[in-house]
Amino acid sequence: MTTTMTSHTIAVLVNDQPGVLQRVSGLFGRRGFNIESITVGQSEEEGLSRMVIVTQGDDKTLEQIEKQLYKLIDVIKVVNLSSKPMVARELALIKVKSEPAERPEIMGVVETFRAAVVDIGTNSMIVQVVGDTEKIDAMIELLHPYGIRELSRTGVTAMIRGNA
Amino acid sequence: MSAQIPAVRSTEQLREKWMKPEVITGSEILLRSLVLEGVECVFGYPGGAVLYIYDALYGFKDFHHLLTRHEQGAIHAADGYARASGKVGVCIATSGPGATNTVTGIATAFMDSVPLVVITGNVVSSLIGTDAFQEADITGITMPITKHSYLVRSVEELPRVIHEAFHIANTGRKGPVLIDIPKDVSADKTLFEPVQSINLRGYNPKVVPNHHQLEKVAAAIKEAERPVILAGGGVVYSGGHEELLEFVTRTEIPITTTLLGLGAFPSGNPLWMGMPGMHGTYTANQAIQNSDLLINIGARFDDRVTGRLDGFAPHAKVVHIDIDPAEIGKNVKTEIPVVGDVKTVLELLNPLVGRSDKADAWRSQISQWMADKPYKYKDSDTELKPQWVIELLNDTTKGEAIVTTDVGQHQMWAAQYYKFNQPRSWITSGGLGTMGFGFPSAIGAQMAHPDRLVISINGDGGMQMCAQELAICAINNIPVKVVVINNQVLGMVRQWQELIYENRYSHIDLAGSPDFVKLAEAYGVKGLRASNKEEAKQAWKEAMETPGPVLVEFVVSKEENVYPMVTQGSTIDQMLMGDCE
Ligand SMILES: Cc1ncc(C[n+]2csc(CCOP(=O)(O)OP(=O)(O)O)c2C)c(N)n1
Repeated sequence: MTTTMTSHTIAVLVNDQPGVLQRVSGLFGRRGFNIESITVGQSEEEGLSRMVIVTQGDDKTLEQIEKQLYKLIDVIKVVNLSSKPMVARELALIKVKSEPAERPEIMGVVETFRAAVVDIGTNSMIVQVVGDTEKIDAMIELLHPYGIRELSRTGVTAMIRGNA
Repeated sequence: MSAQIPAVRSTEQLREKWMKPEVITGSEILLRSLVLEGVECVFGYPGGAVLYIYDALYGFKDFHHLLTRHEQGAIHAADGYARASGKVGVCIATSGPGATNTVTGIATAFMDSVPLVVITGNVVSSLIGTDAFQEADITGITMPITKHSYLVRSVEELPRVIHEAFHIANTGRKGPVLIDIPKDVSADKTLFEPVQSINLRGYNPKVVPNHHQLEKVAAAIKEAERPVILAGGGVVYSGGHEELLEFVTRTEIPITTTLLGLGAFPSGNPLWMGMPGMHGTYTANQAIQNSDLLINIGARFDDRVTGRLDGFAPHAKVVHIDIDPAEIGKNVKTEIPVVGDVKTVLELLNPLVGRSDKADAWRSQISQWMADKPYKYKDSDTELKPQWVIELLNDTTKGEAIVTTDVGQHQMWAAQYYKFNQPRSWITSGGLGTMGFGFPSAIGAQMAHPDRLVISINGDGGMQMCAQELAICAINNIPVKVVVINNQVLGMVRQWQELIYENRYSHIDLAGSPDFVKLAEAYGVKGLRASNKEEAKQAWKEAMETPGPVLVEFVVSKEENVYPMVTQGSTIDQMLMGDCE
């Protein structure tokens, strides 16, 4: 077993019960597992939700996370996505300061990243960017010099590629 | 020796009658469902949020309801009932303070994997979340200490929820399940049809182990030169004690049983090395540390057993048999994991194994250790030694009694000096170490076994945490023999302060304790006191001959310590031997 800390993306299929998010996040907090991001939403099946959790830890921690999650009665399936080829995406809305003179420059950044401008105000605009975490980090870094007024990220959602 | 606890009246006809669909209230659904789940005894305490339930209980005769004097008493009694019987213990408390008073008991049961169904009332649904009078988010509060919990949203859910709760509590790795019922749900009516089936997609405890893993275990046993078995509470809970005896008889591997595993293996068997860990035997700890194969059967490598983890069983290949996969590899690296129910695993494993032939030198080494370093204490003719008192109890009962303990030195002496021969006859709070547990848990054990002798061994500190339940023994004539080992201090704390905090005895003096004999008498329970051996023999004889509950106070020496001892941060072979030297 290695003891290197790596980032893992875990998908957890859960019963859509009140309190289930609390059970899952509480488990992480209580056992000292870290949560980098957590997203929840409907799944393909009615009555079930899918949570996608990004966590840091060595292999032993990851094994414990999976086993402890399975102990929750409302947890139906746990999949370690990062052990397989996966698609991971995050969405961010970035409200960036933009005097009219700076707009073309910012639009240039937006286009290169295949992001979109979804709102324009007198001296600010909202940029929407979708991609993996690194891409969003990069986008934020590039927009930083213009002045970021507000930033909201969804956290990662993910899926295994292909037919698996 | 028989408790005068009347039999409950629930007959087959009644059950049959209740299987017929009928429109009734949530409270009646609850009571009927409990009867259909086989409940014989419920421990509880009423209040506003459970008044509909208590109204339905008026004149109800199909199971016992014992009104304790504190919700903590109720939940520990339900726990003792469950541990003694193997059935699910049931406790009822009202919302808010009633519910929060059960928290310690829920955590106690959770840590020791005891099946409980805890029913709490809550404020009416429309008031939930408004900080209403006596509202507490008990499902939220207890989430980390329950196996599962339900906040019931409507009366229609109730039959299913109760049925599921019992199923979850008493299967797989057992544990407490909470059902929180808002007041309106207990009043609402619906058509009640008992639920027959259970559909829990995410819950499928693995009972039958992987055969390939069993073959690996058998091969490892054949090769081992210094094998050791470490058996825990899982053996008791799965009912696998006979299979364990067969396993040990076949392989002739020396065995140690954890605190919760006491009774899972007959203490008279020459291969039994006693308990391991912090206050375990020299032999058990040396054996583990020197073993080349450590077979863990239903124990969870608690830190009181392992001591310093990085130096634990350094040469051993580890086999771990557990129903809970999350236990395997959690604390100790495991080479051969076996997930399954202990009884089932051993049933399948036994035909595959034979005597471990390479271990003869090892067996004689172990016998040598056992002969050289047994538990020992310095007896006295002037004052009572607590270890001597435990031996006195042991001599008169010959391992036939059910013994419950509280937490502290007396608990460890009981574990060391009482000899257990049957499972479910030793009831103690191992994982949480809950003071106040000993006495009420004995009430539960006695309700489970009205005809057996139940002895509850307590310290003078812990006895004062739930002493009010003497009332329950008196009015219901529950014949528990309550032992108080009075050393006038918080003994175990005193021991740590002496050995680790340089005799700085900070706040351990129990001056101001009641006269325990008078306390018992105040509740209508017979009280006896003994300060020397003659008095002790006399008092214990009298207690044995007296039908009904008796409290016996043994005034013992104050300075006695529990030995051997492994202090925190040491590996388990680094033991302070004290009087055992
Ligand atoms: C509820 C609770 N509070 C505190 C403790 C810490 N504690 C462990 S042993 C002990 C001393 C117990 O003293 P006593 O009941 O007199 O038993 P003795 O050790 O003297 O046998 C204490 C305070 C505990 N285990 N449980």
